[in-house]
Amino acid sequence: MRLFVNADECIGCETCLAACPYAAIVMKDDKAVILEVCQVCRSCISSCPVEAILVSGESMQEKQPDFDSYQGVMVFAEQRHGSLAQVAIELIGAGRHLADKLGVCLTAAIFGAGQAEAEELIKWGAEKVYLYDSPELKEFNDEPYTNLLSGLIREHKPEIVLAGATAVGRSFVPRVAARLSAGLTADCTSLDVDLQTRNFLQVRPAFGGNIMATILCPNRRPQIATVRPRVMKKGTYDPGRKGEIVLLKAPNYDSRTRVLESVKEASEAAVNLQEVDVIVSGGRGMGGPEGFKLVEQLAKLLGGGVGASRAAVEEGWTTYSHQVGQTGKTVCPKIYIACGISGAIQHAVGMQSSDVIIAINKNADAPIFNVASHRVVADAREILSALIRKL
Amino acid sequence: MKIIVCIKQVPDTSEVRINPETNTLIREGVPSIINPYDLHAIEAALQIKDQDPASTVTALTMGPPHAEVALRDAIALGVDDAALLTDRAFAGSDTWATAYALAKAAEKIGFDMIFCGKQAIDGDTAQVGPEMAEFLNIPHIAYVKKIEKIETGKITVHRLMDDGYDVLESSLPLLMTVVKELNTPRLPSIKGKMRAKKIEIRKWTRQDIGAEDSLTGLNGSPTRVSNIFAPVIKKERKTITGTPDEMAAQILDELKALHCIQPG
Repeated sequence: MRLFVNADECIGCETCLAACPYAAIVMKDDKAVILEVCQVCRSCISSCPVEAILVSGESMQEKQPDFDSYQGVMVFAEQRHGSLAQVAIELIGAGRHLADKLGVCLTAAIFGAGQAEAEELIKWGAEKVYLYDSPELKEFNDEPYTNLLSGLIREHKPEIVLAGATAVGRSFVPRVAARLSAGLTADCTSLDVDLQTRNFLQVRPAFGGNIMATILCPNRRPQIATVRPRVMKKGTYDPGRKGEIVLLKAPNYDSRTRVLESVKEASEAAVNLQEVDVIVSGGRGMGGPEGFKLVEQLAKLLGGGVGASRAAVEEGWTTYSHQVGQTGKTVCPKIYIACGISGAIQHAVGMQSSDVIIAINKNADAPIFNVASHRVVADAREILSALIRKL
Repeated sequence: MKIIVCIKQVPDTSEVRINPETNTLIREGVPSIINPYDLHAIEAALQIKDQDPASTVTALTMGPPHAEVALRDAIALGVDDAALLTDRAFAGSDTWATAYALAKAAEKIGFDMIFCGKQAIDGDTAQVGPEMAEFLNIPHIAYVKKIEKIETGKITVHRLMDDGYDVLESSLPLLMTVVKELNTPRLPSIKGKMRAKKIEIRKWTRQDIGAEDSLTGLNGSPTRVSNIFAPVIKKERKTITGTPDEMAAQILDELKALHCIQPG
């Protein structure tokens, strides 16, 4: 048994330092850390005002017995209405990178698709694809998807599993993690591995994007992460790449829920926003619906999409399908032009991975300039009018 | 119909700020609220009770003793009773351990339906609902945006997808996570507020719900937070200055250089 500080909870008040009779607690990076000399007297536990000092027992704090037999990276490749989701290809890119770094195999699992989709996954970088091609799996259904992915993980023991943080992935992957007593980290924005421990370093936003947290799963395998679409970059497409497709059938695809109908109704604007190379995005600084029209005009002239901050959507200058950020879409165009957007972190998390960010804002201290590559301190309406005139 | 609504007390994230020197959250003075999505879960349960007054609605949460406030707020809205899982043993729970404890409590309460908000605004993981369903060995439907009909032993709902929606039929019992489109949460009534003041809230420890020590709290948590930091993006900066016209001209040059528009 030992004591340790839950760094997530510790507020750095140093009360426990005074409470410890063995001087076994020190401050590191403004967090209390309990040293080896701790005698487990527990004096500190009651002193902590935020209950951040905990006792570790066994269970998931202990390495699972077959820990070392897990090897490789597996991507759950989502299909929707018969076609491969973009996020599946992005995850093959991210998975390829992780597998190369670890020196292991990259496999993919795809349900309800055919040989053509499986071959695409190989051309994008997978070495082996497990394909369940039954038409019964075409519509997303939590129970059979959970059964199949859990089964594949049990049999092939990948150390890392990636899935899209989509309506599909975010619904059934938690069931897989619950069933396998595996760690699951949602909505990761960056992924890496620690080569010494082979631990998966999963970075995700929390508290509405106000902080970023690195999540580890040190004692359990596999380590499962979901990743938002448009966060990871695709790998290289090689039409000549060869791989193995393993065609599989399950004895049944039973479920207590049944999809009666699947209705497609995504607005074009919303889809486009995640596909275009250029996005012109407007916020409160556009001043009103007239000002926001300049954003739409410039986007049209540049052949790009129209984005908006939450403020602009709440003012009613445009619709929710254009909203970029934590509660809207994550976008990753080549060029993102932020016009009159202050750039609260809730907005920034939705666009900060864009290649070039041109920020136009009157306020020189606006947080948008922290993520911008091009800084323009000016009234966005004047700049946009001038740009439109020149184009 | 016996209904459980799982709720979470969260800091109002629109009020959360970062101390730039220590990279830690400034929690002081940040108000605690019922997770906004959970208000829609409560409303969904109450609407079923409005149709079928024989139904009971129990609010369930896990948290520090202070989380009782959120349960009393739920009572004020019209929920019948409430249970709070509070015990040092639950400290440090990740979503796995949280879902395990809530599932144990749900078994103790008994249910035909469980409602959760689609996710909490502090963690945004959306994991606890589906994980709980797995522990209870019942089906779940995430992102419910419409309840079409409830018949004996089955229910038909619409599930929000990224590109539209699915219509699903499920057997009961069922766990549903709900989105804002499902309904408009009601306000507390005077009668409800009075009741909320007086009612005894059940407080349960790990032993009360029969949860294994080795699966509770930190022991039952496969993941841990290794560090937190303020989101900083470092990019090469270029500052564009001049009159609006000059600045626009420079932006155009940049766009040309990036092959965003054809030169000339």
